[in-house]
Parts: sequence; structure tokens; C-alpha cells
Amino acid sequence: MGRITLRNVSKRFGEVAVIPSINLEIGDGEFVVFVGPSGCGKSTLLRLIAGLEDVSGGVIEIDGVNATGLPPAKRGLAMVFQSYALYPHMSVRRNIAFPLKMAGMDPAEIARKVEAAAAVLNLTGYLDRRPGQLSGGQRQRVAIGRAIVREPKAFLFDEPLSNLDAALRVNMRLEISELHQALKTTMIYVTHDQVEAMTMADKIVVVNQGRIEQVGSPLDLYRAPANLFVAGFIGSPKMNLIGGPEAARHGAVTMGLRPEHIDLSTSAGTWRGTVGISEHLGSDTFLRVQVEGPGMITVRTGGDSGLRHGDAVFLTPQTGRMHRFDADGKAMA
Amino acid sequence: MPDMARKTTTARKATVTALAWTVGFLIFFPVLWTFLTSFKTEGEAIAAPPSFLFFDWTVENYLTVNERSDYPRHFWNSVVIAVGSTLLGVLIAIPAAWSLAFVPGRRTRDVLMWMLSTKMMPAVGVLVPMYLIFRDTGLLDTKSGLVGVLTLVNLPIIVWMLYTYFKEIPAEILEAARMDGAGLRSEIIYVLAPMAVPGIASTILLNIILAWNEAFWTLNLAAAKAAPLTAFIASYSSPEGLFYAKLSAASTMAIAPILILGWFSQKQLVRGLTFGAVK
Repeated sequence: MGRITLRNVSKRFGEVAVIPSINLEIGDGEFVVFVGPSGCGKSTLLRLIAGLEDVSGGVIEIDGVNATGLPPAKRGLAMVFQSYALYPHMSVRRNIAFPLKMAGMDPAEIARKVEAAAAVLNLTGYLDRRPGQLSGGQRQRVAIGRAIVREPKAFLFDEPLSNLDAALRVNMRLEISELHQALKTTMIYVTHDQVEAMTMADKIVVVNQGRIEQVGSPLDLYRAPANLFVAGFIGSPKMNLIGGPEAARHGAVTMGLRPEHIDLSTSAGTWRGTVGISEHLGSDTFLRVQVEGPGMITVRTGGDSGLRHGDAVFLTPQTGRMHRFDADGKAMA
Repeated sequence: MPDMARKTTTARKATVTALAWTVGFLIFFPVLWTFLTSFKTEGEAIAAPPSFLFFDWTVENYLTVNERSDYPRHFWNSVVIAVGSTLLGVLIAIPAAWSLAFVPGRRTRDVLMWMLSTKMMPAVGVLVPMYLIFRDTGLLDTKSGLVGVLTLVNLPIIVWMLYTYFKEIPAEILEAARMDGAGLRSEIIYVLAPMAVPGIASTILLNIILAWNEAFWTLNLAAAKAAPLTAFIASYSSPEGLFYAKLSAASTMAIAPILILGWFSQKQLVRGLTFGAVK
């Protein structure tokens, strides 16, 4: 079991309210991602759930039991840190065994579980090494091993992949997703990378300035962002946000168009513009088009568009794919 | 031109080396002089001009000193007092430094400064009250009394040293231990202390040296039974006038053990003292 409920949880550091008040329900077995820009309070939120920080107000329940005052050791949660936080003076074997030793488990049982976890994580050959003798990816696997052996109610991940290089990050992303499929344990994952959020989450919680902007499945957030912040944060490259008379013509203060929802033509269309920078990704090309009126607009096109810097193009927004926002930045129906 | 640059560097190197040796020799000179004097006769010891190396070397002073006073007893007292007060201090200081380093409050800096400020106070300022407390509680001239007072005297330094070492340990590792189910005791015993071993070791070494050399409290609060080597040296300075050669022999015998300890642990000491300064 691993159901976590936050009720009116707040956190202040001195006079600064990092988290004014948050309500959140995390279901058993869910993969929940907290995503938001640096300093938005998502890591603090995770640390409150872990018990590494005390709440200033509100209640945290784990499996229906009030855990607000419990020390981290008594909450039954496991955490994987950005810096891995391995014990440098212990071998990999002793690192993974540490939580079991703390639980007072029988040494034979500990040995068996450590071997099993090492086998799952491809660490069998490294059990007698020190963390300092491992690569970044291996260290991260040890940190995950240390978390899974104790069969926690939920896993907490605090930006676990940000210290890895890009290729390794994609690999570990898949490994963590597979781990979730295999264990079916609740996972809470903090990241500032919206791609990680989109690819891994069952449920994304978008956090900004200590507040939850929107909660939903990745596709919900992509299709129906509740406000300008979510619209700009989810999706890569960013949604085009256009204000002024162009938006007013559609009855909105700001209108949003994703680069993939604009048709491109060399002969005719709604807007006329000039191609600027092109980003070639192979499968796709993103064109930055300078349009009179709306301004700079990013458009997705096929891998080989043949368009060059300075070419004249026409853009047409796809009907029904437009997002409209009011003066407060809230999505309009 | 590059040749000239190299010459300048070499010249500078030579100057700095010469300066370092000079300073080193100046610091070492009193110890060397004491050592040499301990092998002179009393007459040669006060001769003017003094002879540096060319005198009749004699071990007579050492024999007299050994005959007249009980070196092993003083030595043992010094060991008990220095090691005892250091270990007791470290036991108290580890939790203190832990809380200062990892659970800092608004007043943490003030607490640290206040601790250090007690070292700025002249010890003689509290001698009378301390003496009366010791007399009334029967601690005068006891090893446990001296262990207690030297623990208190060196505690601020121990806390400060451990605090700086602990600050170097990433808090996330201790948080990981907490997440892994470790209580405060397990966190300190299994994670913090093993990671801070180099720092704790040099703290222990330095404080043993400080406690070994401490003369004010040991001389004032112990005269006979519990008297350590400081009293052993002092006993050659007063009653029958000054006997430089015997005093030097006693001093040499008193400082030799700690010098040897320092010599063998100098690598550890230097590493510990520069820990954090150079990464």
C-alpha cells in the first residue's frame, strides 16, 4: 500500500511562505511526477512528504494514518537523491544492506535480499566495490537498490537523473519506468524536465511558486492546459503564445498554438512570414518564422522541409487546436 | 626571456626555503637547547659564553632525576589525564558538533562564538572559584578532577574542530541514513563518525597534545598524587634554586613522549588541520 494524502500542507522558512497551502491525493501504485521550474517548491514538497522537513501547517497522511509528526525513519518511504547520497565508506553490498540492517533483519535474509536486488539492477559484479569506484549510472543503480530492498510503501525520487549524461538519462528513465511496472509501488518523482514528466508519469503535478497549477495525466495537460503557465511549461518546443489583436479576434487575451498544430505552406495561408532559424532533429524540423502581427512563431515540419533562412512561407492554425486564455491567464472553454 | 623567468622562480624558491628553515630553526631552538643542556654538568649549563656542542656529555642529570622523582608515576598521570580528557571531550563534542553543523538555528553562530570566547578569558580569572569547588568536592589532586577540568578547557576547541569537519560532510548522506531507517544514534555511529574518521583522529591527536602540555590547571589543582609531567618539570625549578641541567633533563623526559607521538602522526595532523581549507 502507498496512498499519500496532503491536506492544507504549508511550509514557511522564516517569513517566506515557500508553500502557501497544498492539497493533493496520491493513489496507491501511481507514478506521480512533480514538475516545475527551479525553486518552485517541488523538492520542498517531496522533503515534507519524506519527513526531512517539518510542515508549518496541515496534515500528511500515509495509508490513512497521520504521519505529520513522524520522523523519516518511521514513515516507511524510500528516497533516491540527486547526488545519490551513497555511504562512501561502505561497499555496494553494505550500502544496499544498510536499511535492512537498520530494520534489524536477520543477516542471512539480508544477504539474500541484497543479492536479489543486485541481480535485478546488474550490480552483482560490483557488490564489493566502494561507491567511489563506480560510474554515475552504477551509483544511481546502487541508490535505487538501497531503496527497493526494503520494500517501501512509496519511492521518492529527487531529480535522480540530473547528474547523468543525456544518453544515460534516457536509459535510466526507461529502467525506472520498468521498475514501476514490475513493483507497482507508488512513486513520486521530482524533476524540472518536462520530457521526463511526460514520458514517465501516470499523473503530473505542475508546481509553480509553491502552488499546484494543474494535476492530470500527461496527455490531459498537453491537450487542455488549465492556464498559461502549464501551457508554456508542458510540451517541447514551447507552445506559441500570441497576444494582441490576433488573440482578440478569437475572443481571448492570449491564444496558444503548439508548433505541431500549425500547417505550413509556400503558396497560401492565414499568416505570411519569413523563415529564420531552423532546428533539424532528423525526424522533425522546427522552424522559427517571423510573422507580421503575431511575431516569432515556432512551427514543426517534416524532417526535410527544404526551406531555408529568408524563404517566405504561409502559416495556418489548425482549427480546434487553439488554446484561449483570459486576462488572468486561465484557459477559456 | 623564459630563462630569466625561471631564474627568478629559482631565486624566489631559495629565499622562501631559507626563510622557512630559519623560522623552523627558531621555533625548534629552545627544544634543542633544552635537549643539549640536559647533557651538560650544572656548571657548564650556566657557563657564559655557553658551549654549543663541545662540552663533556654526561647522562648524570637523567640518573639524578630518575633517582629523585618518580617519572613513571608522573608519566602515567599525564597519559590518563591527556587521553581521558580528550576522549571524554570528543564523546561530548560529537553530538554537539552534529547539531551545530546539521541542525543550525538562528543562534548557531553566536553559540560557536560564545564557546570560543571562553578560550579568550584568562584562566586565572576563575582559578579561585575552581580551586574552592575542587577543595569542597574532594577533587583536588585527583586524576578524575584533572580529567574533568581539562575536558572543559579543551571542549570548545574540540567542538570547533569537529564542527568544521562535519560541515564538509554532505547533509544528503545523513538524510539518506534517516530515510533508510536510522535513528539519531545509528546515524552518528554508522554514517557520520566513520565518514569523519580523519577529522576525529586529528582532533584527538591535537587535543592529546594540548592536554599533555597544559600546565596552568594541572599545576594549580594537583600537587602530588595526581601530578602529571608538568609538575614533574616544575619540581626542578623552585625549592633549592635553579638547576638548569636537571631541569632540562626533566623537561626532555616530559616532552619526549608527545614529540614522538607528534612525529609519527604528523601526516595525520597536517591532513586534519588543513582539512576543508584545501579540497
